[in-house]
Amino acid sequence: MYNSIVMVKQVPDTANISGKVMKDDGTVNRAKLPAIFNHEDKEALEIALQIKEQYGGTVSVITMGPPRASDMLKECFYMGADKAYLISDRKFAGSDTLATSYVLSEAIKYVGNFDFVFAGRQAIDGDTAQVGPQTAEKLNLSQVTYVEEILNVKNNVARIKRKIDGGQEVVDAQLPVLLTVIKGAQEPRPFSAKKIMIYKSAKTLLDLEKIANENSLLYLDELVQEYKDKNLYIETLSTTDLSEIDDTRIGLHGSPTKVHKVESVVLSGGEVTKIEPTEEGIGALIDELLNDHILG
Amino acid sequence: MENVTKEVWVFVEQHDGKVADVSLELLSKGRKLADRLNGILKAVVLGYNVKNIAEETFKYGVNSAILIDHPSLEKYRPLPFSRMMNKLVNENKPRIVLFGATVVGRGLAPRVASNTVSGLTADCTELQIKDVTYLKKDYKDLLLQIRPAFGGNIIATIITPDNPVQMATVREGVMEMYEVETPNPISIEEVEYIEDSTDDLIKIVEQYREESKVNLKGAPIIVVGGYGLGTKENFKLIQALADAVGGEVAGSRAAVDAGFVDHDRQVGQTGVTVRPKLIFSIGISGAIQHRAGMQEANKIIAINSDPEAPIFGIAHYGIVGKAEEVIPKFIDLYKNKLK
Ligand SMILES: Cc1cc2nc3c(=O)[nH]c(=O)nc-3n(C[C@H](O)[C@H](O)[C@H](O)COP(=O)(O)OP(=O)(O)OC[C@H]3O[C@@H](n4cnc5c(N)ncnc54)[C@H](O)[C@@H]3O)c2cc1C
Ligand SMILES: Cc1cc2nc3c(=O)[nH]c(=O)nc-3n(C[C@H](O)[C@H](O)[C@H](O)COP(=O)(O)OP(=O)(O)OC[C@H]3O[C@@H](n4cnc5c(N)ncnc54)[C@H](O)[C@@H]3O)c2cc1C
Repeated sequence: MYNSIVMVKQVPDTANISGKVMKDDGTVNRAKLPAIFNHEDKEALEIALQIKEQYGGTVSVITMGPPRASDMLKECFYMGADKAYLISDRKFAGSDTLATSYVLSEAIKYVGNFDFVFAGRQAIDGDTAQVGPQTAEKLNLSQVTYVEEILNVKNNVARIKRKIDGGQEVVDAQLPVLLTVIKGAQEPRPFSAKKIMIYKSAKTLLDLEKIANENSLLYLDELVQEYKDKNLYIETLSTTDLSEIDDTRIGLHGSPTKVHKVESVVLSGGEVTKIEPTEEGIGALIDELLNDHILG
Repeated sequence: MENVTKEVWVFVEQHDGKVADVSLELLSKGRKLADRLNGILKAVVLGYNVKNIAEETFKYGVNSAILIDHPSLEKYRPLPFSRMMNKLVNENKPRIVLFGATVVGRGLAPRVASNTVSGLTADCTELQIKDVTYLKKDYKDLLLQIRPAFGGNIIATIITPDNPVQMATVREGVMEMYEVETPNPISIEEVEYIEDSTDDLIKIVEQYREESKVNLKGAPIIVVGGYGLGTKENFKLIQALADAVGGEVAGSRAAVDAGFVDHDRQVGQTGVTVRPKLIFSIGISGAIQHRAGMQEANKIIAINSDPEAPIFGIAHYGIVGKAEEVIPKFIDLYKNKLK
């Protein structure tokens, strides 16, 4: 039996960016972007689910993000995750990778009881690939990055195939270990229609608070208990639940890197010499290149 | 901030006794940064039987090298390396530490940043030292770390104003490598390796690594084809043009993804960065991630059927036309003129 925790992130769809995405303070206006499940994290979840199927155990997913990240957590349920955690607090806003990894490592300690921690190699928005290794360091875990495949797990040792620069490597990793998974490792399974029917009504604490506020006959505690009993509760943690958390290490304030300046990319706009696609045009270009000793 | 050092460190990555190019490129950049700080440049070499590598770094202008030489460091494994780097950085507090944005560097640098509570900026395309005013406070000689983000749609300048150590990673090919005219006298500080019970948590079972046969970085002329070529069959025109002008073939990511050309020939942010004498950019729209890998070319000839394609914004010569028509014309005319 091996238990996994998968770190999943909801990301703006950077391939389809339009409009003004940056706010004046240099942070990102995520509200303007469609949010998607970071694909490498989905592949990491797929690998965790395969381990569960092969060897038994549980799969928990955690994300640090705004309330709407619960949509992605539901998708994790649709794939087969057992438990989901939303780590959400205004105080986390503006966290860089160091602060993010700090919060995630505290949340992982809170969840506890794991053999594998999974992450994607990188999230397509920040694109740093730093959060996985930084989390491992904070948890005193060893790590295997750029994972392509888990070949087998025996006696608390996982045999893992990973990519390295210019080749591949097979390593034996003593558990517990943190793994970061690369694109193309495992095609994530489609959502199960049956699971969608069940888990589409999963709720976070924030969702339940809203319901309780709108209906004076309902008490929040009872609602939470009801959803827990039905296994439809997305555990929702804020700084107050992570008792050990040090407020000076989170958010913009706890982030050593600061965005000093952000510029939208503009083309340098040099003078391009237009060449007609005719024999004369191309011929003249070739002459020029030959004369300048660029060709020939 | 008070009491910061003026040391610039470069983590020197090596595999089986061969130094990664990116480390040498970073030494050259580090030399400039150290000069700007009136400080010193140090190479940090971890490995087994690698004293010669520590010596080699002096060609690139280092003032001194730190060497940890031990059998446990023969091949890169995360914990022995990060544990020793953490110790070195914590004890010496270098002002700047640079790593290559390789598989190794991207695994190691974040651990060291995490342990030493330092800021770490990923995949910088430019590094400068400047005085900065941030939130109404003045800072002297900060490292400006310039990097693309959000799928390349923006360029961000990141600073680490309040920590003694500023760390950054840089991809291969982004900085220029050069040897200095008069190297400093060799001075190597050997640091003892301390064994630990965590050393063997990861064991390497087998490894294969192939030197890329492709040498895009060294090619004076490169012909790059994009998704606009449409088919693998059409992409042969790229090879034909490369053969005619004596260049190397390369592709955009879309061309690689479509299977027109191998990944080790991809130009761009997630491929190779090139700065040839001449580059042909054919059937390529000119996305920022692509341009990041080729805009330093001396001369850029763009061929694209869409007159509005962004690639024309950085090209020196622009031909609006279909690749299938322009390339054969170019080859014929060129061959005739050489006769
Ligand atoms: C323009 C810009 C540039 C930036 N540059 C830097 C920089 O150079 N250095 C820096 O420290 N910060 C930087 N940041 C901040 C950084 O983007 C955020 O801290 C971000 O939340 C995490 O970084 P990432 O997206 O790069 O994640 P990555 O490190 O690429 O993510 C790797 C994996 O970690 C896990 N993970 C990451 N975030 C979460 C989460 N919130 N919840 C659950 N799992 C998660 C996922 O499995 C993910 O696949 C920058 C931000 C902006 C807007
Ligand atoms: C994180 C990230 C990293 C990336 N890294 C890279 C990278 O390293 N390298 C890279 O290249 N991309 C990279 N990309 C992808 C990049 O954003 C673009 O999608 C890609 O460069 C597009 O390739 P293309 O120009 O060949 O294709 P397209 O954008 O599809 O452009 C094709 C062009 O061909 C023209 N065309 C069509 N028919 C013809 C014809 N018959 N004759 C002539 N022209 C024709 C069209 O007008 C069009 O301009 C990255 C993206 C992300 C998000």
